[in-house]
Amino acid sequence: MEFEGRVIIRDLSCEMARGKISVVLGGSGSGKTTLLRLMAGLLEPTAGRILVDGEDITRLSETRRAAVRRKIGMMFQAGALLDSMTVFENVALPLREHSSMSRLHVTEVVDDRLREVDLLDIEDLGPKQISGGMVKRAALARAIIEGPPILLCDEPFSGLDPVSTRRIEALLIALNQRHGMTMVIVSHHVRSTLRMADRILLLLPDAIVVGTPRELLQSTDPRVVSFLDEDRPFEGRAPEVERLPVLAPRSKARRR
Amino acid sequence: MTRSPLRDALVGLFVLAGVAAGIYLSLAVGGLSYAGPHGLRLIARFDETGGLKVGAPAAIAGVKVGQITAISLDPEFRARIDLDLDSRLSLPIDTSASIMTAGLLGDRYLDIQVGGDSKLLRSGDEITFTQSAVILERLIGKLIHGADLGDGSAKTATPAPTDGKAAVPDRTRAP
Amino acid sequence: MRFAALEELGRAAILLTAEFGRLASFAARVVRSTVTRPLRIGSFIDELYKLGVLSVLLICVSGLAVGMVLALQGYKSLVRFGAEQSLGALVGLSLVRELGPVLTALLVTGRAGSSVAAEIGSMVATEQLDGLRMMSIEPIGFVVRPKALAMLVVMPMLTALFIVSGLAGAYFVGVKRMGVDGGWFVSGFRSAVDFHDDVLQALVKSLAFGALAGLIATYRGFTSAPTSEGVSAATTSTVVVGSVSLLVLDYALTALWGVGR
Repeated sequence: MEFEGRVIIRDLSCEMARGKISVVLGGSGSGKTTLLRLMAGLLEPTAGRILVDGEDITRLSETRRAAVRRKIGMMFQAGALLDSMTVFENVALPLREHSSMSRLHVTEVVDDRLREVDLLDIEDLGPKQISGGMVKRAALARAIIEGPPILLCDEPFSGLDPVSTRRIEALLIALNQRHGMTMVIVSHHVRSTLRMADRILLLLPDAIVVGTPRELLQSTDPRVVSFLDEDRPFEGRAPEVERLPVLAPRSKARRR
Repeated sequence: MTRSPLRDALVGLFVLAGVAAGIYLSLAVGGLSYAGPHGLRLIARFDETGGLKVGAPAAIAGVKVGQITAISLDPEFRARIDLDLDSRLSLPIDTSASIMTAGLLGDRYLDIQVGGDSKLLRSGDEITFTQSAVILERLIGKLIHGADLGDGSAKTATPAPTDGKAAVPDRTRAP
Repeated sequence: MRFAALEELGRAAILLTAEFGRLASFAARVVRSTVTRPLRIGSFIDELYKLGVLSVLLICVSGLAVGMVLALQGYKSLVRFGAEQSLGALVGLSLVRELGPVLTALLVTGRAGSSVAAEIGSMVATEQLDGLRMMSIEPIGFVVRPKALAMLVVMPMLTALFIVSGLAGAYFVGVKRMGVDGGWFVSGFRSAVDFHDDVLQALVKSLAFGALAGLIATYRGFTSAPTSEGVSAATTSTVVVGSVSLLVLDYALTALWGVGR
């Protein structure tokens, strides 16, 4: 995937398994957000294909993509809530737009969700009047309000204190366990990742590592180790690497 | 979507005010189509129109009774004016038409002097008694040289009033 | 050495044409969205408030001031020819044909246009538009259309208000202060200003200006870079590009209007 002349992702091919939590881990600039946006169809790859639930969305028109996106809920890094509406109205928006549910019914469902993310008491405030953690929770509520089978999260833990981080973590895990929601989470937060991921896609500067948390923790590659071990002081360039579970160069990101 | 009833009321007020202003402007000005009666089509020929424009009014005793619908040049290089007047008018065949000026900066219009003949003009007829527009420069020239300057007038120049109305009519053409 | 300059010019020309094409296709999308449901009347009314009602004070005060200046300057010029009774005609024609539509459009572009561009630009920067896309809500229908349509509708109304304010200001200065006869003033205005030639022209111009301003403001906001510099660039370019193209359009419309007569 190229962006204004710079290659951001090269030769990436992977599958995000259904019903599992896949985390794309990497430092800033590693291309993980780009990857997520590609999966969401917000970006088009310069080469390769993207399949969502078996459907190739790579060259689809906007209208057709909109139809596919009904299956996807997305939680943006800054929440992306509409400033002109209250929290309640924001979370209710997908329902109001896509369904003909009665006002009462909408209120019911929205309030339920807000209760789940513990935002019921501030539902009449605007996004500018609530804290960052609350914005993220509202964004999560909005993303899942229609019960989509797939959830994409862009840095759900960034900018949060440890308590809020764990809260969101718990919510996400609960969603996955209760509803079998397929999740793709982009993060640079190692600890949460290790705790919640079924599968990790680690984007390093010159390689991509895929594995379960355990596999990665047991890896002997210095780069992997240094990335995962956050408490370690910075050491400088790592020596060359041999056998690694690196993917063969194919360009097919498929999510089932 | 935090819309309050107050906002809606203000929007309504705004729309009303804007539309009202527009309507006022439309009504307060002239020319909102000459909805007056018409139908009597006549023509008149002049040596000089002096800037008379299509759409200019035709008036009798200062009251608008129709307008100029076309101005063209005829084969003898005279200006041919087409008029559309109130069809209820009974204009004798010796009616005359002159091109006058309304005010100092005003536009030219057609002034119609009703004649006295018993026979009447009908649609398609020509007003034969016409008086061309007075051109200020020619008037001044006459003043200075006191002679006929080729505009057809056979009279000696006399100081004419400067309000555009010619005191002496041109030699009229017999039908 | 000279080739480099030529190259630059050529490149600039190509970029400009490309930009024009993008603007045109954006315009097509906006127009198409006007006929798709849902109609989002609520949003539209909201925008009418933000763009129209909130501009009224600006427009009326400016109109008043312009009318007053017109009367003052006009009187000073006309009195030299003893033609001060034509003040009504002079003021009326100037305001209705040109100053009304053009000045209103410039003021509105500056105020409302830049706020629209900034609003949409910041929505791009904060991923709100992407959020809408992910909710399968078309951003153009949701965000752009109400704003563009509101600009279109608001412009003729504000123009009318501007002209009326201008006349009031001119009347005040001309009649009350400079001593021109009130009757002359009004009758001069009435006889000189024609509905078909002038008032209709003002209406058509203001609609065209409204459409253009709405288009440019929303386009600039929509295509702004998702950074705060991008937003401020969008705002400035809306005002600059908008103003210049309005003036050019004004010339085109004025010239065309004469042809149709």
